[in-house]
Amino acid sequence: MSATETRSMLDLLNGFVVQLREAGLPVSLTENLDAMDAVQHIPIEDREAFKYALGATLIKNQAHWRSFETVFEVYFSLRGPEYKLANADGESSELDDLWREMQDASQEGDGRGGAGSLDALTPEEIAHLLMQALMQGDQALMKALARQAVQRFAGMEPGRPVGGTYYLYRTLRNLDLDGMLAKMADAANHGQESDAGRLEQRLEREEFEHRITEFKAEVEAEIRRRLVADRGAEAMAKTLRKPLPEDVEFMHASREEMVSLRKALQPLTRKLAARLARKRKHGRKGPLDFRNTVRHSLSYGGVPAEPKFKYPRPAKPELMVVADISGSVAAFARFTLMLVYAISNQFSKVRSFVFIDGIDEVTDYFKATEDITEAIHRVNTEADVVWVDGHSDYGHAFEVFWERYGKDISPKTTVLLLGDARNNYHASQSWVIKEMRMKARHVYWLNPEPKSYWNTGDSIVGEYGNFTDGVYECRNLRQLEGFVEKLA
Amino acid sequence: MASELLNRFESVQQVRDGLRDINYLADDGIAGVAYLADRLGKPVLVEGPAGTGKTQLAKSVAEFTGARLIRLQCYEGMDESKALFEWNYKKQLLRIQADKASDSWTDIHDDIFSDEFLLTRPLLEAITADDPVVLLIDEVDRVEVETEALLLEILSEYQVSIPELGTIEAKQIPLVFLTSNNTRELSEALKRRCLFLHVDYPSMEREREIVLAKVPGVTESLAEQIARVVRSIRSLDLKKAPSVSETLDWARTLLLLNIETIDETVAKETLHILLKYQTDIAKAAKDLSVDE
Repeated sequence: MSATETRSMLDLLNGFVVQLREAGLPVSLTENLDAMDAVQHIPIEDREAFKYALGATLIKNQAHWRSFETVFEVYFSLRGPEYKLANADGESSELDDLWREMQDASQEGDGRGGAGSLDALTPEEIAHLLMQALMQGDQALMKALARQAVQRFAGMEPGRPVGGTYYLYRTLRNLDLDGMLAKMADAANHGQESDAGRLEQRLEREEFEHRITEFKAEVEAEIRRRLVADRGAEAMAKTLRKPLPEDVEFMHASREEMVSLRKALQPLTRKLAARLARKRKHGRKGPLDFRNTVRHSLSYGGVPAEPKFKYPRPAKPELMVVADISGSVAAFARFTLMLVYAISNQFSKVRSFVFIDGIDEVTDYFKATEDITEAIHRVNTEADVVWVDGHSDYGHAFEVFWERYGKDISPKTTVLLLGDARNNYHASQSWVIKEMRMKARHVYWLNPEPKSYWNTGDSIVGEYGNFTDGVYECRNLRQLEGFVEKLA
Repeated sequence: MASELLNRFESVQQVRDGLRDINYLADDGIAGVAYLADRLGKPVLVEGPAGTGKTQLAKSVAEFTGARLIRLQCYEGMDESKALFEWNYKKQLLRIQADKASDSWTDIHDDIFSDEFLLTRPLLEAITADDPVVLLIDEVDRVEVETEALLLEILSEYQVSIPELGTIEAKQIPLVFLTSNNTRELSEALKRRCLFLHVDYPSMEREREIVLAKVPGVTESLAEQIARVVRSIRSLDLKKAPSVSETLDWARTLLLLNIETIDETVAKETLHILLKYQTDIAKAAKDLSVDE
């Protein structure tokens, strides 16, 4: 690489790192230098290799990979001739050429479907062609069709302040992919003899679904490319920024975010359990273990060269979880219950109760099955939590809890209260919490609302909080994990 | 840095072809990172679910480059005497007791802290080796955070400091692979020194290739079916999704049973090879039989 080219490459990479940092990904200085080092060894035309080289040096956590990929796609998006770098001087235009070369190389393969001739087709013919491409898994044709579909159906206009999702929706609505899936399944069954087993049919269908997902991703990428060309990479990177799974707020998570949250929860509980088990074992050293020391001294000719110690085994706490599962905070309760049960071997006993305006014990649901997801499902459908009208009434729920289960609270018990304490202006009955705290080891309150909303409107978390050992804000997985680690 | 970088590989493509020849099918990311590791002289941290070929990658690279594989299996409570080096106390004790009368204290003192009484452990061995080596530090997430610090010197400088002897520098920079099952977050210091590679479950096409390469005698269509069923099972919400090694076990089983096409009954009867939890097996069996 020539000196000027190296310089402009350096500038380009620096800009990229700034974008990554703004997206919340931690990139240290040494990692930045490594990336610079790495790209020297990679042939620049090879876009995939280039991406992996940057990924291997800059990203050190798999959870960050998706964010990295998005930023990469946008920042190093294929830059069309109508788009020039804003601060275009001699060097960067040279760089532009470089990118354009890459882009041409990568498009050569795709163009085979005859992108030009696609313009003349009717929508029906397009749909037919797409179905064929999907059924045969013809990648090149699928790409060409994605481009064509966006051009035809998305109705993109320069400078229009509309998000990419809008264009995506418009494009997909015109293609009717769900209908196409059914048609494809039919066609596949007619094509073969019908003795193909049900398993085979099902696998076939999954294969089609997979291809359709791929096609959607291609359409999305195409829209993004065009938006970048229109608005510039920096502006786009901002709008496409997605929070990392552990930072997604429970109360405002979209359906898609919920899925990623659930995926993030599993490795998290595994890590938490491993960490807690280790903490328990290696927390402190106890007194000298005389027997063990003497036994080991034998191999040193009776010299006690290696002293051995006893490890204390602290008692595990008992846990009672009392969770509000009314609409607004249901997701939060679900994740907390999942997390607590996933590490339930860290507690000597876990009992759980759910309420809206009535309260019910759900411990047995979790005992009956090993599958936490199923248990949560039963909690949501079977638990008897409605007393009058199905609006949160913390006061009544706590009162009944105290009446029925209060006697089971012992000095070993830690009570966790989950909810936003929005009581719909009912009586608070906060004396229950006060009594609870006298009997229990600890009482904590976890609130999924941001701190600034506490005690506004009908939230009376302050009144309850006075009687607990602490009220904690748990808006996302990160905060929840931090609290649970402290607890066990 | 003390020693020269060895350019073992010429291009990414060469790495990939070489690994393919010994039946390790690398994807773009794997081959690219292995190539970079050699060029930059940096260790590779390989992370991913169990049974996706992380350890196998190090073994295959060793085989491909004709290097000796030195393996350090990490475990809880591992310390420097098991990872780096240890003085052979028992031998030292014997040496002192053997001729108490003859030697002066200074002689003995110099003598018992020499190479003869040094037990090399994997890390030191990898550094002092004359022949080409690949160092595999397996399941590094099992050691405590404090123990990780042991690795830092060797990973960034390729040297080991022994208080009594001084610093031992590497004669050649070995390829280093660290694997992690991600049971805990590794320290920033460790991650910063490494290239990061995430090895996930392979795509359907790659898995089919792997089955074909690793299980001799399997037919194309059976391999295709196997890969499809496994992908379908992985998409369920399971405690432990089937790993590549379990896929291979399953393929071998089907072959032994002389099964050429998988139907529902066969799949259900052999599920226990793919899945190791009763709840998972029940769930998958239920899912396979329900046909919406």
